[in-house]
Amino acid sequence: MRRFFCLSFVLCLATGLVGAADTPHTFTDPALQARYETLLNELRCLVCQNQSLADSHADLAQDLRDEVYRMVTAGQDNAAVLRFMVARYGDFVLYRPAVKPLTWSLWFGPLGLFFLVAILWWRIQRQSSKILDTPLSSDERQRLAALLPTADSHDNAS
Amino acid sequence: MKFMVPLAIFGVLVAVLAIGLKLDPRYVPSPLIDKAAPAFSLSALEDANTTLTKASFSGRPLVLNVWASWCSACRVEHPLLVSLAQAQGIEITGLNYKDTREAAQALLTEHGNPYHQNIFDPAGTLGLDLGVYGVPETFVIDRDGIIRHKQVGPLTPEIWQRDIAPLLAKLKAKAGA
Repeated sequence: MRRFFCLSFVLCLATGLVGAADTPHTFTDPALQARYETLLNELRCLVCQNQSLADSHADLAQDLRDEVYRMVTAGQDNAAVLRFMVARYGDFVLYRPAVKPLTWSLWFGPLGLFFLVAILWWRIQRQSSKILDTPLSSDERQRLAALLPTADSHDNAS
Repeated sequence: MKFMVPLAIFGVLVAVLAIGLKLDPRYVPSPLIDKAAPAFSLSALEDANTTLTKASFSGRPLVLNVWASWCSACRVEHPLLVSLAQAQGIEITGLNYKDTREAAQALLTEHGNPYHQNIFDPAGTLGLDLGVYGVPETFVIDRDGIIRHKQVGPLTPEIWQRDIAPLLAKLKAKAGA
């Protein structure tokens, strides 16, 4: 039984390996290899849109991997590779879009929403505490007494 | 009055979600609109010895259709392209994308050839420079070689009438003036 579990665990790991890129490019320089892999994870495949170039099996992803490989080998820096892709496919290819007026709401929207809710919550809190703190006027006290005769009689009894 | 604020928030939310539902998540706006078409030097599909370059784009507005024999959606729009070329005399330049000469030519022989000229791009290099990601794609390029419109996915008579025909007419009027 235990052996069975071991085997199925190993098989699960193996499926993960099969899922990796079809024809991986390898570099002799580990620094270039690391840069190549970082870039593949930063770029989105346009065919299967929720996969990065590193994960995707689409033909287009293979072409783009080849292109990234070519550019990295040719000594181009990361910014140049990203610029190349954005020029052709737009900001959509970037998993982390550039901070610019068009993407401000994307980058700062959640924070803005948080502050908006925080301010609203603070104001509601302050208003309700103000209501609790204000003593009743004699008129209000009389109306309350009329509404709550039992509480009033209880008060008198004590 | 008390319900106005939640009602307004609800209304805004419904409007935003309704717009979101109508958007096509597969549509990626092209950064190439209003940019010059990329330079290239590739052979013609019909003749390996004829070299086509960006110069073949200039002089008049044209429709550039990216297609391949392996692309099933391309066959859907093929009859429309043939009828546009034959009945209306629309000049369509083909970009045969990541295909083989034999398969591409066999398809044109069988289903008709709507293309005025065909650029043969077996490695997909021009396709890459044009940001092609879902064949078929159709570009409208003006007489100065500037990309004015991009359609991703098969053309239909409705899309042609709505997006491309008016633009092409406008560009032609400008080119003629």
